[in-house]
Amino acid sequence: MGKKLLIHNDHVPGIATLEVYRQNGGYASVEKALKSMTPAEVVEEVKKSGLRGRGGAGFPTGMKWSFLAKPEGVERYLVCNADESEPGTFKDRYLMEKIPHALIEGMITSSYALGAKTSYIYIRGEYFYVARILEQAIEEAYAAGLLGKNILGTDFSHDCYVQVGAGAYICGEETALLESLEGKRGNPRIKPPFPAIAGLYGCPTVVNNVETIAAVCPIINMGGDEYAKIGVGRSTGTKLISASGHINKPGVYEIELGLPVEEFIYSEEYCGGIINGRKMKAVVAGGSSVPILPTELILKNDKGEPRLMTYESLSEGGFATGTMLGSGGFIVYDETTSIVKNLYTFARFYHHESCGQCSPCREGTGWMEKILHRIVEGHGKPSDIDLLWDIQRKIEGNTICPLGDAAAWPVASAIRHFRAEFEEYINHPERIKDVKHYYSVHQLAGA
Amino acid sequence: MEIKFNDETLALVQKTIKRYPEGKHKSALLPILHIAQAEFGGWLSPETMDYVASILNIKPIEVYEVASFYSMYNLKPVGKCLLEVCRTSSCWTRGAEDIVNHLEKKLGIKEGETTKDGMFTIKTVECLGSCGTAPMLQCGASFHENLTLEKVDSLLDEYRAAGKQRSYTDMDYKNTL
Ligand SMILES: Cc1cc2nc3c(=O)[nH]c(=O)nc-3n(C[C@H](O)[C@H](O)[C@H](O)COP(=O)(O)O)c2cc1C
Ligand code: SF4
Ligand code: FES
Repeated sequence: MGKKLLIHNDHVPGIATLEVYRQNGGYASVEKALKSMTPAEVVEEVKKSGLRGRGGAGFPTGMKWSFLAKPEGVERYLVCNADESEPGTFKDRYLMEKIPHALIEGMITSSYALGAKTSYIYIRGEYFYVARILEQAIEEAYAAGLLGKNILGTDFSHDCYVQVGAGAYICGEETALLESLEGKRGNPRIKPPFPAIAGLYGCPTVVNNVETIAAVCPIINMGGDEYAKIGVGRSTGTKLISASGHINKPGVYEIELGLPVEEFIYSEEYCGGIINGRKMKAVVAGGSSVPILPTELILKNDKGEPRLMTYESLSEGGFATGTMLGSGGFIVYDETTSIVKNLYTFARFYHHESCGQCSPCREGTGWMEKILHRIVEGHGKPSDIDLLWDIQRKIEGNTICPLGDAAAWPVASAIRHFRAEFEEYINHPERIKDVKHYYSVHQLAGA
Repeated sequence: MEIKFNDETLALVQKTIKRYPEGKHKSALLPILHIAQAEFGGWLSPETMDYVASILNIKPIEVYEVASFYSMYNLKPVGKCLLEVCRTSSCWTRGAEDIVNHLEKKLGIKEGETTKDGMFTIKTVECLGSCGTAPMLQCGASFHENLTLEKVDSLLDEYRAAGKQRSYTDMDYKNTL
């Protein structure tokens, strides 16, 4: 059994309540930080821990915190990114729903480190019921003197609020999120300035993912050095992985970074292998945006070494043979899956979610969806594969925010690794006409 | 229908506005639009949007441009139960198309349409963060997961019998994870 720091108590009855959460050691990091540490010392521990952002980009959290501008007399904000809309990702929902106080505790400890008097949790609108759970937790925390004025009798005062979004993947991008929190359309801002200098209401702001903020609690409790001992190299600590697709045991798993990918997929402790004993065909390892890899490349890198669940190992070989840990949205596809049809669902997603500010993203995502649609429908042309390749190349790197890249990478990787399947669709539409290429709900019921 | 919040809702609106610093009350726009949609028939009519603008003391255009950006705001009337079926990868691999086809057959409407009695609308949506419990659909605040055709049938019966409008802001959500 790997070490668990975030969801080890997820099956304790009543853990969503403050009482049970505290009985199980909850809010120790708030006690420790506020009563025995300076804010700078808290930042230092987070730096030492090697914690990297769990929202997708993997940026070192301690470094991000130390970039926060601190001009005299100007408010600073902590904003929690609970937008979680990257297809294949549902770990933040699990954490917030099961152990809401783990996030609230992290918000208080982190806000103390940053000197933020106010923080907001921006949660995707579809998680309305989770927002209610968080609000109940916040209410309990206020009643217990863990939020509000002079927390636990110290000089530190803090208010924390939940803000619901209204359905827009792009609001997960941190500057779009801030726009949305200001009551506007979620159009990403041009950077610089970065939020650390000018974020919410033009004030210095740190935006962190739910899991990142929750991880601050064990880091403060055990110390940054201890935390850094877990994991491999620069991938320290534990990570929540959302596992879905054609596996026997979909769900949220907390793993120690460094776990071999093969063990994660096939061991009974985690995904439990492929449903109906079928063969695995491909994996999207870190949410829809990261390159899809065929079985041989997800289990082993191009040098034939086993791939590990770490930021470094998954990206080994660059995009030619590697991928990324991303948000930890791990989708497994079995041998019956159509990579082309699956890609079409992704292309449709990115087109739907483009905010439309940049022409390459707005137009390019639409073209890619349209071309893939005609290929899936059996009307593809031989030149379509090169056309898709050409479009994705022209989007990548030419847009205001990384959504453009996120739309391009799945297309590029599917063509790179599964070109023959595109050719089959285009040259022999009759062969794919009546094939469903997915599990019917009846098959699943019998599985 | 008179487009005006009652006192209780107005108090909630005031409480929401207080979450933000002085002068930043526009931040309350998204939450208030959710409340307005739930209270005024499940969609945002121009009158509703104008009313929200007047409450927040902002220009109507500021409300329209926001309402049209986000997928959870309905700019046209929808059925009392908006059935939002996820169609993205993880759900697709586990039979989301079967769920949509079944709903279409059962209700005699196509995706995007509303039944004649105004009870149901079918909508396909993108990943709702239930990929591990696919296939799924959302209706109001409730997530319905690990769907089978039988589960869909009993859900429709239950909703039809209750006959009420479902909103994201409902408190009686089902916790199915
Ligand atoms: C299109 C797009 C969507 C994103 N969605 C999310 C999201 O849902 N949740 C999240 O935490 N980060 C998301 N991010 C990353 C954020 O911009 C940001 O890097 C992150 O919240 C920083 O937190 P971290 O350092 O703790 O990971 C997204 C980025 C892009 C470009
Ligand atoms: S890349 Fe796409 S989503 Fe990002 S700002 Fe440009 S148009 Fe909007
Ligand atoms: S793909 Fe359907 S909920 Fe994520």
